[in-house]
Amino acid sequence: MDKLINDFSFGLFVWVSIIFVVLIILMRKFAWKPILEALNSREEGISNALKAAENAKKELEALNADNERILKEARAERDVMLKEAREIKEKIVSEAKGEANAEAEAIITNAKAAIELEKQAALTELKTQVAGISIDIAKKIIKSELASEESQLALVEKSLNEVILN
Amino acid sequence: MLTLVPSFTMNANDDQHQSDAHHEEATHHENNEHDHEALPHSEEEGYNDGVNSKEEVAEYIQHHLGDTHDFIFFSDEAAGHHYGFPLPIILVDNGLKVFMSSEFHHGDKVVKKGDTHYRLYHGKIYKTDAEGTIQYDEHHHPTNAKPLDLSITKNVFSILVISIIMLLLFRSLAKGYKNGPIPTGFARVLEPLVIFVRDEIARPNIGEKKYRKFMGFLLTVFFFIWITNLLGLTPLGINVTGNIAVTICLALFTFIIVQFSGNKDYWKHIFWMPGVPVPMKIVLAPIEVLGMFTKPFSLLIRLFANITAGHTVVMGILAVIYIGKETLGTGGSIGVSLFLTLFINVIELLVAFLQAYIFTMLSSLFIGMAVEEHDHH
Repeated sequence: MDKLINDFSFGLFVWVSIIFVVLIILMRKFAWKPILEALNSREEGISNALKAAENAKKELEALNADNERILKEARAERDVMLKEAREIKEKIVSEAKGEANAEAEAIITNAKAAIELEKQAALTELKTQVAGISIDIAKKIIKSELASEESQLALVEKSLNEVILN
Repeated sequence: MLTLVPSFTMNANDDQHQSDAHHEEATHHENNEHDHEALPHSEEEGYNDGVNSKEEVAEYIQHHLGDTHDFIFFSDEAAGHHYGFPLPIILVDNGLKVFMSSEFHHGDKVVKKGDTHYRLYHGKIYKTDAEGTIQYDEHHHPTNAKPLDLSITKNVFSILVISIIMLLLFRSLAKGYKNGPIPTGFARVLEPLVIFVRDEIARPNIGEKKYRKFMGFLLTVFFFIWITNLLGLTPLGINVTGNIAVTICLALFTFIIVQFSGNKDYWKHIFWMPGVPVPMKIVLAPIEVLGMFTKPFSLLIRLFANITAGHTVVMGILAVIYIGKETLGTGGSIGVSLFLTLFINVIELLVAFLQAYIFTMLSSLFIGMAVEEHDHH
């Protein structure tokens, strides 16, 4: 202890105190303050960047979810549209079929009617022709049969006979 | 520390070949110191080289641990040459007296300034007469009057150099941030250390809200102690943090900062401890007041003792080269000594950091205790 006290140098103590005070002041002003500020701002920057990244991630997730939803909706809509289209198609086809059938029916009916008409006309004509021909034949027969007097008398006779019989 | 080897070599040669002539060389510094202890040891010195050598080693270590008025890297004891440079002497004694330490010729010459004579003796400057007479008391301490010595000694010089190094280093780190948030080059080594002091020492001990105010002191003290400790391990042979005046000064800073930043709660806990019975309050008050002083005292002793012990051990083991020469042989003693010195030096590297860490850590702990907000139940 005695030696320790003897070793203590007042001059050194004074110098160390002065130098140390000056050193602290200078270091604070020129070194520690800018360093700590830079470190703080950098750390803030990093944490902000991390937060921003986190937010961006969340936004992206939301966006993805949105996209998914929209896609789903679009898909559903497409399905509905396809279904509707199919229905419309079927309806149109069936309608067309119906119409076509009806028309075909009408055409056939018309055709049948026309055929009937034609047939009737043909038949009538045939009948008149047959009648004419028959009359001609009859005329010819009568002419030939009633050419002589006897035959005329015979016919009268015969006709009279027939009338009596009746 | 390795450059000390040549001077040891000189000593050893001196011992072996010129032990008889030893006393006649009362002209240079080392032997001047011997004057002081010449009387009790003169008989042994006469016929026992080993003891003489050990004495010299002890003397040399003492000399290294102390402060000097000139910066000497190594000395040739036999020729009386000292390799280094002088430093200014500033004395306050009937006015300011400034001159270079070279005028003392390493203690060989008496310097006359004004009408007072001064003599450099055992690293201290005494007033004396033209012949340089030194009076002793019964404990063999000089009784001559001492002028107020404000010289730029080796330690003051070292501290100035270290301060400039610190300013340059951290100024460059601070400037580096202007070019971008990420430091480059050597600043990359410094930045984690600054962050370490902030996040591992100041923040947890002082608290998030108040730590910022004390960062200037804590960072300065941390890097000052660490760099000083590290430079103490280099062959420059400086021993700043192993000097009691330096550690007292550092601890005093902590003490003053703690007392001045102490809040109401801090003083209340010292003088009127809440939550204990009144008689206990009265008993606790003096203990707590004592605690105010023992805390920084433990700081200054811890740092001083650790660094002094480290330097003493390293130098002592280096001296094994010369002292153990007879028992181990030259090669053996060098081998043992260098191996052990390397081992201790590596430990000292750790100690250098550890002491800086502990000093800063405890300082911030004490500050934290002083500024803590107690929520009373």
